[in-house]
Amino acid sequence: MIRLEPRTQPSRLLSALAPVLAALAALCLAAIPLLAAGAPVLRSYQVMFDGAFGSLFSLTEVVARATPLMLTGLAAAIAFRARLFNIGAEGQLYVGALAAVAAGSGLFEGPSVVMIPAVLIAGALAGMAMMLVPTLLKVKLGADEIVVTLLLNFVVQLFVQMMIEGPMKDPMSLGWPQTEPILDSAALPKLIEKTRVHAGLIVALIAAIGVHVFVKRTVFGFRLRAVGASPDAAHFAGISVGRTMLMVGAISGALAGLAGVGEVAGLKGYLTNDLSPGYGYAGIVVAVLARLSPLGAIASALFVAAVFVGADSMSRALNLSSYIANLIVALSLLSVLLSEVATRYRIRLSSVRKAAA
Amino acid sequence: MAAANKVLLELRGVTKRFGALTANDAVDLVLRQGEILALLGENGAGKTTLMNILFGHYVADEGEVLVDMGDSGADDGALRPLPPGKPKEALAAGIGMVHQHFTLVETLTVLENVILGAESPFRLTRSSRAARAKLAGLMARSGLQVDLDARVGDLAVGERQRVEILKALYRDARILVLDEPTAVLTPQESEGLYRTLRALAEQGMAVVFISHKLNEVIAASDRVAVLRGGRKVAERPTAGADRAMLAEMMVGRAIAPSRRETKAPGASVLNLDRVSVVGSDHRQKLIEASLDLRAGEIVGIAGVSGNGQGALAGLLSGLAQPSAGAVTLNGRAVARFDPPALIAAGVGRIPEDRHREGAIGAMTIEENLALETIGAPRFNRFGFLRAAAMRAFADRSIRDFDIRCPGPEAPIRLLSGGNMQKVILARALDGDPALILANQPTRGLDVGAVSEVHRRLLAARLRGAAVLLISEDLDELFELSDRIAVMFGGRLSPAMATEGLDIQTLGLLMAGHADPGHADPGHADAGHADEGKAA
Repeated sequence: MIRLEPRTQPSRLLSALAPVLAALAALCLAAIPLLAAGAPVLRSYQVMFDGAFGSLFSLTEVVARATPLMLTGLAAAIAFRARLFNIGAEGQLYVGALAAVAAGSGLFEGPSVVMIPAVLIAGALAGMAMMLVPTLLKVKLGADEIVVTLLLNFVVQLFVQMMIEGPMKDPMSLGWPQTEPILDSAALPKLIEKTRVHAGLIVALIAAIGVHVFVKRTVFGFRLRAVGASPDAAHFAGISVGRTMLMVGAISGALAGLAGVGEVAGLKGYLTNDLSPGYGYAGIVVAVLARLSPLGAIASALFVAAVFVGADSMSRALNLSSYIANLIVALSLLSVLLSEVATRYRIRLSSVRKAAA
Repeated sequence: MAAANKVLLELRGVTKRFGALTANDAVDLVLRQGEILALLGENGAGKTTLMNILFGHYVADEGEVLVDMGDSGADDGALRPLPPGKPKEALAAGIGMVHQHFTLVETLTVLENVILGAESPFRLTRSSRAARAKLAGLMARSGLQVDLDARVGDLAVGERQRVEILKALYRDARILVLDEPTAVLTPQESEGLYRTLRALAEQGMAVVFISHKLNEVIAASDRVAVLRGGRKVAERPTAGADRAMLAEMMVGRAIAPSRRETKAPGASVLNLDRVSVVGSDHRQKLIEASLDLRAGEIVGIAGVSGNGQGALAGLLSGLAQPSAGAVTLNGRAVARFDPPALIAAGVGRIPEDRHREGAIGAMTIEENLALETIGAPRFNRFGFLRAAAMRAFADRSIRDFDIRCPGPEAPIRLLSGGNMQKVILARALDGDPALILANQPTRGLDVGAVSEVHRRLLAARLRGAAVLLISEDLDELFELSDRIAVMFGGRLSPAMATEGLDIQTLGLLMAGHADPGHADPGHADAGHADEGKAA
């Protein structure tokens, strides 16, 4: 029988070694699909590492990919803290992007100091509204938010499809299903020329610090932690669980909406239905890796982005299926999560003797 | 009488450390055939650790466990060391353990639970007939009657305990260890258990039970060993020991009995006028309850658990709404029933379940103390927490209430039950509430913590608070209350002055005899004997 026992004191050495061991374990595991695909294993890893850290460009690419992950990671972290399981960041990201395009592609015109806040606010409000619906259903009717937010992702996906092929389709797009481009004045400026790092990064970093201060230092953050740790005791002590949930849902949705604004106004310039390669879902991984810590989400978003970027460039360079990249991402994340468990628990094998007949 | 009997079990110099904490410090213990030994100690004294070593769940750092091997070993009466850390060996040596939290499979029947693990899983059907015969004999001998084909999930708590004991007997246990066996039983069920243990001892078994309840130790044991801080501090025959003596040995200092000073009650603080509460299952939980509670008095609510006490407490905590009737607090009708409204109206609430409602285990002591008033200007400046004010309140509470803790920033789940309750008391009594609702305030606490809770409630009464004390502990009710009312079937009896009230009358009311003055005594006895109903 295998049992997990909490360690009385997690060893320092183990805590330090765990990420390294996890990375090694992931590389060993990933060798299996690589071999199956007939790729040279060591060279694949070399290419993967170079792809993520080998050049200034690849580093900036990691940062650019980490930007939306930080925001969706924060969206998941703050909601999970209150035990509001928002699995719908992907949908909230898309409605945020849609709102940013609607506000920033010629509805009104103005200087950047007006336009940039306008698209940010529009996207945040749209994401907020998107998450308030399932939160209200949970608070008022007890509907399971995991199911509702997850299913709404598909509803949003179809809605975006409808908008970019219908009312919001760019007449100049030569038939491609995409929206009109965001005005230059509404675009988030690049932070480093000729790279994809944009001002959305600053938004994400401010959001991380803001969420951190909010959770730790404000009365509302206190209520959020109380509701998350024990809804019954929080209710008994006079904290309104429903109101706290609604507030948390609003913030979580807004953060995911901002991720969408960054992608559309910082990178692409217009909205297509492949704007996000699953940033909303990956945000859950980011949050869990960071143990729901807002500041930790910055580091874990960078890690997840590095794995994505490295695996991507490897599959391109060696002409492997892009599914291999996804597989490597999944294996590394699983390894890191398991190493977390291993540092906090010890695994006990207890022998089961043959029962006396 | 026990001295002549042969020794079944001996612990020699057993020491167990967990990091810096020494849970057991060179404990020696001898257990003879035919005796009942009580292992008395406060929470954290090391009782359960010691028994877990005996049973092989833990391995002792030093010392050994010696056991008489009975018929299976060489019959020279010598004790053999028990291999450490092997529960199977302990079972084979005839040691049976009944844990505080039962280890039964709820979806299986009693018979299946008993033979599970004792017989090969591939022969369950074949062995069940033999098992039935064996169990019938065991039930006849021990007086433990259970329906073998009932699903364990359908059994009452007392019956489940009987199944646990039968499980041990079925495995031919000669040494029976029970961990806090009466924690979940009604007084009548406890009496039944004592009788069973006595019968088993007379048939040649040895019984050890772990307890922190003095009455129970006096009622049921032949010999008592007292553990304090991991050491055995005393061991003596139970005959001739009294409560005060045992309490002092257990706590290590004299416990002053709480005294209720006479004081004339003041103005009405809480008035219930034919208040009813309907539960979430649409049943009437509280039926037209009326009560007038005055400043400076403690009114006790007696009753077997599940007779509407929860609804009454819920109403005054703000967790339940009245469906009819009027609640007046300090002369003002209560219009809103939710926790913030009742906190604002000056009700200090001590909930029944510390862990679920009273405290948030993952949050710190300081945060738990501020939980109810976190939105008030005292801790809230423009939406930001006033950390200094929270710390000051925590420091003051820790000092005033003698909360033993690593510091205000320690998670409250690290505290013992008594210290956790002190945090809840500090929070509930802060701001001198006019009404204090204490729902089972001493359940599961050790003697020292109980006397502290009593002292605080009496002090609140003395300063003029009205206290509603809901308790299943009749001694506690008689000790603290000015008046006692009884709940039965959702109805609340008139509150009777404690002076001149006898426990028989109370017992009859608790069993549902509305008019004890004219109750037929024979009928009342039948009610008392019916343990199943009380559960």
